[in-house]
Amino acid sequence: MRFERYGVGIAKGMALTLRNFFRPPITLQYPEDKLVISRRLRGNELVWYPDRCTGCATCAKSCPQGNIEIITHVGDSNNYVVDKFEVDTGRCMFCGLCVESCPYEALFMGLGYERAQYRRGQLVLSKEELQPSDIRQPSGYARPKVEQTLPRQSLLINWDKEKEEGGQKLSPLPMRKRRKGNGL
Amino acid sequence: MAIKTEPFILNMGPQHPSTHGVFRMKVTLDGEVVVDVEPVIGYLHRGIEKLAEGRTYTQNIPFTDRLDYLASMTNNFAYVLAVEKLAGIKVPERVEYLRIIVAEMMRISSHLMAVGFFLNDLGAMMTPMLYMFREREKLLDLFDMVCGQRLTYNYMRIGGVSQDIPDDFLPALKRFVAEMPGFIDEYDQLLAENEILLVRTKGVGVLPKDLAINIAASGPVLRASGVDWDIRRDDTYSIYDRFDFDIPIGNVGDCYDRYWVRMQEMSQSIRILEQAIAQLPEGKVCADVPQLLRPPIGEVYGHIEAPKGELGFYLVSDNSISPYRFHIRPPTLINLTALKDMVIGWKVADLIITFGSMDVCLGEIDR
Repeated sequence: MRFERYGVGIAKGMALTLRNFFRPPITLQYPEDKLVISRRLRGNELVWYPDRCTGCATCAKSCPQGNIEIITHVGDSNNYVVDKFEVDTGRCMFCGLCVESCPYEALFMGLGYERAQYRRGQLVLSKEELQPSDIRQPSGYARPKVEQTLPRQSLLINWDKEKEEGGQKLSPLPMRKRRKGNGL
Repeated sequence: MAIKTEPFILNMGPQHPSTHGVFRMKVTLDGEVVVDVEPVIGYLHRGIEKLAEGRTYTQNIPFTDRLDYLASMTNNFAYVLAVEKLAGIKVPERVEYLRIIVAEMMRISSHLMAVGFFLNDLGAMMTPMLYMFREREKLLDLFDMVCGQRLTYNYMRIGGVSQDIPDDFLPALKRFVAEMPGFIDEYDQLLAENEILLVRTKGVGVLPKDLAINIAASGPVLRASGVDWDIRRDDTYSIYDRFDFDIPIGNVGDCYDRYWVRMQEMSQSIRILEQAIAQLPEGKVCADVPQLLRPPIGEVYGHIEAPKGELGFYLVSDNSISPYRFHIRPPTLINLTALKDMVIGWKVADLIITFGSMDVCLGEIDR
């Protein structure tokens, strides 16, 4: 293949690279700086409210993996008392079908996503571990009421807006901060 | 004095960065020229077709996410369309529009990934790919907002979608649709006249028109070879007949045409998105469907135009809660059968870019 003038296309491409060289970065320094996550996030955990659960096991039936284990006995007022409610998050694929099928809004997806463990057994969440706590908050997946209370997700498309308005306005890199401080 | 030479067998993959997953090629080489290619597949086999026979129709939707993991939404779409055809379910108007909006977003996202990795295989290490990842990230943000995850969406349900779009979705999507043509121009400035790209891709890895038809190729690979065939227009499903869009056709069927067709299809997807956003009606987001669906006895084949080609689901029902037979027609497995004819006589570097221009996804080849 022959060209009339060589290097024109490459020069055009380099011009684009040069233009992008002077714009601010669009990435975050992750562990120090975090984005606001989706309100409907299907995080790597489930949140379970024992007072709302009736032990009907609809969630266990809807699970594609057969991953939710529920053992109940009949209590004094002719109701089910949940003895065991266990989810193996190591086998779970976080599809959210259990949360959607729950008729009593007792099961929620969690907002946590940093849930790595050293042992496989630690991924099995027992009845106590599934309950909501400071680090285990319910997400708004299939729960519109909870969804409204959560902060707005930051979007890259709104990069020039502040975090509260649904953007992800970025702070300059730490390196630049230091240079400014030194008066350079 | 003549030097005695003999063919050399090179094992490429399964853990080779340019094989897009775990694809293995046994390449017979004469010097650097490819004499024979024998693909070895099955390293990612999970038996999804068999797993699906033991689960209900709704429980199979998350499994379809794991087929072509770069275009999960269209996998969901194809599967729920097949089940709805089988059970005779009519979906609400708003659902049709929502499905098309997310499917076209998915097509842009998948094509960005395809073009980016194709250029990566060409040796443009990371630079063009990262430009395209920037726009893909914006789309993934929107998918995350709608259905809670970035890769395995599990958004569509039989008879509808899992939940309505949030109120800040449409303004963000409108902004994306307005800005995306500018970014496509940016890619064109970076790539369209680049001499290295043109020299490396023009005339390389040609898939002739008659061969493309004979192997039942589909998607951008077929259209790059000059065949005017798009299921969205020629065997309309959902409400694609209401939208006005063009189908880009290549001339030669070489790597450049496949790249070019994908770039043009992104612009057409944006046209569809613009029209769909403007027409989006209010209404319910799910039809009344029993939780345990028991479709009548029968069989059905539902197919759609996925980003990589014709994705079909063949389902047989015996009036129980799970399908009797669940067969997937993956587009890239069928496209890949032409690989041998396309690369014989070319060098190893051309084998890599020809393979890259097919845009394969091993999740659905091995399934």
